Amino acid sequence: MPSAQRLPRRLAGCGIAAIILQILAFTPATAAADRTLTDPVIIRIDNFTFAPQALTVAPGTRVTWVNGDDIPHTVVAQNKLFRSKTLDTDDRFTFTFQAPGEYAYFCSLHPHMTGTVVVKASTD
Amino acid sequence: MQHPDNPSARGTMSRRGVLECMTWAGTGLLWSLGGGVPSAMGLDRALAAEAPPAPFTFLQISDSHVGFNKPANPDALGTLREAVAQIRRLPDKPAFIIHTGDISHLSKDQEFDDADQILREIGLPLFFVPGEHDLLDDGQGRSYLDRYGKGTRGAGWYSFEQQGVHFIGLVNVVDLKAGGLGNLGADQLDWLERDVAGLASSMPIVVFAHIPLWTVYPEWGWGTQDGARVLGCLKRFGSVTVLNGHIHQIIQKVEGNVAFHTARSTAFPQPAPGTAPSPGPMKVPAGELRRVLGITSVRFVRGSEPLAIIDTPLAG
Repeated sequence: MPSAQRLPRRLAGCGIAAIILQILAFTPATAAADRTLTDPVIIRIDNFTFAPQALTVAPGTRVTWVNGDDIPHTVVAQNKLFRSKTLDTDDRFTFTFQAPGEYAYFCSLHPHMTGTVVVKASTD
Repeated sequence: MQHPDNPSARGTMSRRGVLECMTWAGTGLLWSLGGGVPSAMGLDRALAAEAPPAPFTFLQISDSHVGFNKPANPDALGTLREAVAQIRRLPDKPAFIIHTGDISHLSKDQEFDDADQILREIGLPLFFVPGEHDLLDDGQGRSYLDRYGKGTRGAGWYSFEQQGVHFIGLVNVVDLKAGGLGNLGADQLDWLERDVAGLASSMPIVVFAHIPLWTVYPEWGWGTQDGARVLGCLKRFGSVTVLNGHIHQIIQKVEGNVAFHTARSTAFPQPAPGTAPSPGPMKVPAGELRRVLGITSVRFVRGSEPLAIIDTPLAG
């Protein structure tokens, strides 16, 4: 990250190198976004916000929410598929998503806090 | 109905009388009802009051969050104890106490027990409505209703009359909808309509609920999505006072015959709307908590006079 910020200060030729680096960096990022793997994923709860607010995972992925706030929160699926207990500071809730679909969830204490998990089978 | 802008005829002063509100934020509010218009005064001021006592007073405390032990206030039980000590020193006892919710932090039995033990020392009747922190048990509110729900309906709403004033306790922390605000629900609103149907419009109304019934700051969920229906039900009444908690700071508004007021917490302050990344507990430097919870006096005259707010810290 720091090197990317320094690149523009160098010679003009380096600008092209920077672009190439960005292209190279972008390719694996795209693959990760597809989430062909079912690596466990963390959703942080900080400042009354789920992050990432929208997440796409492959079927079978374990998703864990971690509450970093000084105030308790919950994670409740709008379709009632899952409902965490009250998560105090640093408490966690894990749910394994199997079926493809879009799962909207919210905090039942602070319902303005919302998020979505999209479960999508790999297209590979 | 008397127009609020008309000069009061003799003997009808109560409709647009002065609402004077002095609050010692860390403890509670002392409400006096004289001539049908509630007025509030901070406990420090009330303790030092030289004027003869009002004929009828009651007290509001809110957001004790017993069990909270985070940096914003590692001892929420201790500050509740201080609040109770202040109340007990009042020379003129209020008739009763209204607690506008978040008695506990996590709805644990021990938290409710501790709060009850301290609040009972006041020796006055207590009326509660739940905050969202009071409904976190596995039964999603069963524990609260077992303790405080006697004689209430639904999720814990009720009304009662004291000395010619109609008090209504509402619950707006149940069945909250994704993306929404506080919620009362059709059953409670239907009950409210029936509850006030037979009352004379001259009867003063005091409504209390945890989350503000008016929209303070929707980005932080500070409002009640069907709160407007409450105000619709109460439109015909000459004097309506709405007391809320939840946002741990004093915000007031007057709209026609309705005066809205939110109380501070006895546990920790929260930031003013939009002034922080989130509405979470506001940490103040060590030793300054009680300064933040200091005296706030707000005085306003219904109608044309602007708000006058005077903050006086308890310490420093």
